[in-house]
Amino acid sequence: MLHIYCPYCGEHREESEFRPKGQAHILRPKDPDNCSDEVWADYLFFRDNPRGLHHEMWLHATGCRKYFNVTRDTVSYEILETYKMGEQPKITAQSRAAGGEK
Amino acid sequence: MQRYSGFGLAKHALSHNENWQRMWRNPTPKKKYDVIIVGGGGHGLATAYYLAKEHGITNVAVIEKGWLGGGNTARNTTIVRSNYLWDEAAELYEHAMKLWEGLSQDLNYNVMFSQRGVLNLGHTLQDMRDIQRRVNANRLNGIDGEVLDTQQVKEICPVLDCSPNTRYPVLGASWQPRGGVARHDAVAWGFARGADALGVDLIQQTEVIGMRIEDGQILGVETTRGFIAAETVGCVAAGNSGVLARMAGIKLPLESHPLQALVSEPIKPVLDTVVMSNHVHGYCSQSDKGDLVIGAGIDGYNGYGQRGSYPTIEHTLQAIVEMFPTFSRVRMNRQWGGIVDTCPDACPILSATPVKGLFFNCGWGTGGFKATPGSGNVFAWTLAKGYAHPIAAPFSIDRFVSGKLIDEHGAAGVAH
Repeated sequence: MLHIYCPYCGEHREESEFRPKGQAHILRPKDPDNCSDEVWADYLFFRDNPRGLHHEMWLHATGCRKYFNVTRDTVSYEILETYKMGEQPKITAQSRAAGGEK
Repeated sequence: MQRYSGFGLAKHALSHNENWQRMWRNPTPKKKYDVIIVGGGGHGLATAYYLAKEHGITNVAVIEKGWLGGGNTARNTTIVRSNYLWDEAAELYEHAMKLWEGLSQDLNYNVMFSQRGVLNLGHTLQDMRDIQRRVNANRLNGIDGEVLDTQQVKEICPVLDCSPNTRYPVLGASWQPRGGVARHDAVAWGFARGADALGVDLIQQTEVIGMRIEDGQILGVETTRGFIAAETVGCVAAGNSGVLARMAGIKLPLESHPLQALVSEPIKPVLDTVVMSNHVHGYCSQSDKGDLVIGAGIDGYNGYGQRGSYPTIEHTLQAIVEMFPTFSRVRMNRQWGGIVDTCPDACPILSATPVKGLFFNCGWGTGGFKATPGSGNVFAWTLAKGYAHPIAAPFSIDRFVSGKLIDEHGAAGVAH
C-alpha cells in the first residue's frame, strides 16, 4: 500500500483514501474552436505514459477532496514528491539525469 | 516438426519419454530478416505463425526480451468470448473465436480450448437493458447469445448467489455458450512450435533498445545482441508498446496499468462455466486443476511494475465473495500482475504508423488474450500486404484524430 503525503492536509495517508487521476500538467488548447484535429486529439487522448518518472494528478477522495500532483516512478512506484496544483515539480527526468542523484 | 498423436504418445512411453524433440530451436539471430516482430507473447507468435503459414513469409524473427509467453499471455484469466457490442469489435473478436474453434487441430497442439460458456451478469435494470441491446447486436452479427433470467442463471451456475437478499441481486445475464477458457501457456507454445517449424527464428533474451529509421523508413532494430535489419517491423509489446513507440518518435494514446489476477488453492469441481459481473466487478472460472481463477479491475495508476496493489486485491475478493459467498473460506494461492496497455476507447490499435514499414499491434488493454489468434491473423495479413486487413482497418490509430472511436467501455460486458 502506498503512503501518500497530501500537501493540503500536510500528512501521510494510505493509498485507499486517494484516486489516481492521470497525467498532470496537460494544458487545454487556448482556442479549441480554431485548433487542428491533431492538437485536439493530442489533448484528449495522447499521453506520455513513461517508464520511469511520471508527473500525475491524484485526488484525496476521502480526505480533503482536493487535487494535487505527485512525481512517482512507474517501475518502483516510489513517490519522490507531492506538490500543490499550480506548482511545478522539483524533480524531473532532466534534473535526475543532470544531478545524478535518485 | 515431430507431430503429436495418440500413437506417438504410446510410442514415446515405450522409450521412457526420452526421445521427445525440443519444441523450437534457439537460433542465433541472422543479420537481416524480411519481417521482425518485436514481442514474443501470444499475439506476436500468432502473427509470426500466420505470416509463415498463410503468406509464405518465413524469413521472420520474433524478438523477445524475456522468454516466450512470459508477459500477459502467462498472466491473464484465460477467458475467451466474442460478445462485443459494436460491429467492428464484434467482427474482430468473432474472427478470433472461429480460429479458436479449430486451433488445436491447426497447431497440432492441445490448447485445451473449453467452450464452457460465459455468463455476464446483470444486477440493475440498466444492466439488463444493456444486456438486451448487446445480445441483440451480437445476434445480428451472427454471434451466439441469449438473455437469461435469474432462474435460468441459477440452473447454469448453482453455486452463484441468486437470492433476492444480496446487495446487488442477480436479475439475469447474457449467455454466450461458445465462450469459455483456454490454456494460456499452451497457446503461446503451440504458436511458437508452429512458427518455428515453418522457419521463423524465435530469439529470446534479446531486448530491442532502439530503432534505425532513415528518411521515414524503418531499416531495423538495435538490440542487446546488435543491430538486426528488416524493412518491415511489427511491434506487439502490450504494456511496453509506448516505450517502443518513443524509440521511433511516435506517441500512442495508451496508458500502461497493472492488472492483477489470483488463483485459489485447488478445490473440487464447483464452477463449470465462466461468470463475469460488470456491476459487482469481478470474474471467476475454475481451471482444470481445480483452482479458482479470479480477476477484476486494473490498478488505477500508471505502472510498469508487473505487480499490483493490495487495495485492488481486497476489492477483487470482495466482489467474488459477494457473488459466491461459499468461496469466503477458500484460501488464495498466488497473485500476480501484468502490464496492460489501455486505450481511451477500450479497443486495440492495429495500425500503420508515420514511419514506413513500422506497424503497431497494441492497446488490447484488459482483454487481449481472447483475441490472440484473430489478432495475429489480421496483423500478419497487414504486415504481408503493407496495408490494413479489412477487419483491422477500423482499428487504425487515425481514429483518435478523426473521432471515429469504437467505444467498448462497459458495453463489452465487464468494466475495464
